[in-house]
Amino acid sequence: MRITRVLGAAALMFGLAATPAAADSSPSPSASTDSEAPTTAGTSFRTATEIEQGQTATADGSAGDYLYWSFPADAGQRPTVRATVKLPEAHAAETWQVDVYDGLRRRQACQYGAQTRTAAAGAGSVELACVLRTVRAWSEPWANDPLPGTYYVRLTVVDLTTGDLGLPVRAELRADSKDVGGAAAVDGSLAEPLVPGIAVTSADDEDGSSASAVLSSIEPDDGWSSGWWSDRWVWTALGGALAALAGVGGYALTRGAGRPSRVPPGA
Amino acid sequence: MITSKRLAAGVCALLAALTAGVAFPAAALAGEPTGEATPQVDLVLDVSGSMRTRDIDGGTRMAAAKQAFNEVLDATPEDVELGIRTLGANYPGDDQKTGCKDTAQLYPVGPLDRTEAKTAVATLSPTGWTPIGPALLKAADDFDGDGSKRIVLISDGEDTCAPLDPCEVAREIAAKGIGLTIDTLGLVPNAKMRQQLSCIAEATGGTYTSVEHTDELTDRVNQLVDRAADPVVTPVATEGAASCAKAPTLKSGLYTDREEFGQQRWYRVDVEPGKELRASVSVGADRAVNPSYGVLLRAVTVRGREIVRGEAAGDGRTDAVSTGLRYPKAERENEDEAAAESVCLQVTNSFSAASGVKTTPGLPLELTVDVVDGPSQASDVASFGLGRGWWLLGALILAGFVAGLLWGWLSRWRVAVWRTN
Repeated sequence: MRITRVLGAAALMFGLAATPAAADSSPSPSASTDSEAPTTAGTSFRTATEIEQGQTATADGSAGDYLYWSFPADAGQRPTVRATVKLPEAHAAETWQVDVYDGLRRRQACQYGAQTRTAAAGAGSVELACVLRTVRAWSEPWANDPLPGTYYVRLTVVDLTTGDLGLPVRAELRADSKDVGGAAAVDGSLAEPLVPGIAVTSADDEDGSSASAVLSSIEPDDGWSSGWWSDRWVWTALGGALAALAGVGGYALTRGAGRPSRVPPGA
Repeated sequence: MITSKRLAAGVCALLAALTAGVAFPAAALAGEPTGEATPQVDLVLDVSGSMRTRDIDGGTRMAAAKQAFNEVLDATPEDVELGIRTLGANYPGDDQKTGCKDTAQLYPVGPLDRTEAKTAVATLSPTGWTPIGPALLKAADDFDGDGSKRIVLISDGEDTCAPLDPCEVAREIAAKGIGLTIDTLGLVPNAKMRQQLSCIAEATGGTYTSVEHTDELTDRVNQLVDRAADPVVTPVATEGAASCAKAPTLKSGLYTDREEFGQQRWYRVDVEPGKELRASVSVGADRAVNPSYGVLLRAVTVRGREIVRGEAAGDGRTDAVSTGLRYPKAERENEDEAAAESVCLQVTNSFSAASGVKTTPGLPLELTVDVVDGPSQASDVASFGLGRGWWLLGALILAGFVAGLLWGWLSRWRVAVWRTN
């Protein structure tokens, strides 16, 4: 009967152990809400169009424009930005580039993805991608690790002939992210996400005056994560429980089955 | 799991809101939008003789422009004040001096009467010169108020009023700091015109578009008018000093300044203990600059020790190069320490230009300052020092097992000792 109980407890523990593993592989919870996706793009950091993760934003522009969007990214996410530019029918070779900046306007490196690509003369479209590093909850001020907050995307042509300047192009942009989970859960956290103008915005909220324009009013669908939860709690608790079980097991081993054989009955 | 996450996020947001309330007294902060300012757009239309050319969808360029204007006037949002200015509409003669003064306000920038504006547009017929520079100068005076301002210049030829370079005119207008953007549209453009119009647009952070069809013209002008209607934070003009001692003190907000090639700009921000300073800076390339460039933002103590820096460098075509930094100031350890530290921000750029390019006014500089609550420092690499992974489980199980064994042996030994005694 004791054996059954122990086995039952162990089975329960292993059930729990499967949970963090499953959480790792779950895709980003961002649902596609294309119905209200923006159809414009900004022309500077200040005027960047805000999009949500999972939305496909479109914009009509001219070759030579600097198109800006911004999206929120939270701790534990690894964002991927994908851009497609539809080019006019006739054009010479031109090189397009997508750059991602964080809320402090620091350029963020792409781990992989074609950040810059040259479209051959007459090519119909060019596709760009940038996979950022995993956003962490905290980093030292001297590092430029990605932190939770606003991310700016700048899409532009970096090399073109004068003849192609100003020709109409159509851009599509989408930001998704992979949930990296507890593996990226670091200690420490920012008091406020890296959202530009947040000091002014929170002061306004306190006043009760609603400003018509803010630098960035970006926020994920379910708010910024508080940063205390990670699956490390499950792993650690599970480890503790298993250690306790192993301890009981080890102890039982030294006692043998039942009373020691050397002890005479009725001692 | 998700519920608890949300609950925790809510509690934290509440806490953050409360602390932010304590942190920021109800004082007017710089960069705060006025809210009431009406966006203004001035459409500047070229009515020079060349607009008679029949090469847009089988009609004249003028007909295309008129049709586009009618549609734009219908689609203009209510909260945008729209005006129309013409260039080369009245003087048909050959005298350049007179021809280059030929710019007139067809419809003043203000609340829009669609019928009246349309009637005014209908009277236009292609006539004279193409005085783009003078027209831009006059158009800049058409605005009043402190809302966003936008000039949409539609032209089919390059400026005919040398030596006044419209590109430099645009840069000077932008340097006035009235927050004016010039967007340009070229009708059936040639190479030289493309360069000139895109130069005008670049100088003010605007866009340039080539137009070959009427619907393209309508769509683009509509898009630009709509863009003007989007509320945008208006930056506050400031002037950085050459050294920290003379630098202006900034609060949280958005600022603009001008910085010449190789110039240093210093600003100061007061940071209280337990607060975090966030600063980002963009230096714009509003003229032809050499391909390699950079910008450096340093946070320095008043005594000249560097705290942290942000640096960015780039290569090739760009509108701006930006960087930023964070400086969390530690909590006060004893009461004797000064209340707030004055942090100096130094901005330098390594832009350069070919010898013919004018160096004044300086490059546009945009500075964002946010002073927020400090972060909670990390005491461990992992979140709360918690562990994760199969190695952790293995190590804990092993440790537990060994502890159990030892405990078992120990108690057996004690029993044996007790029995022998």
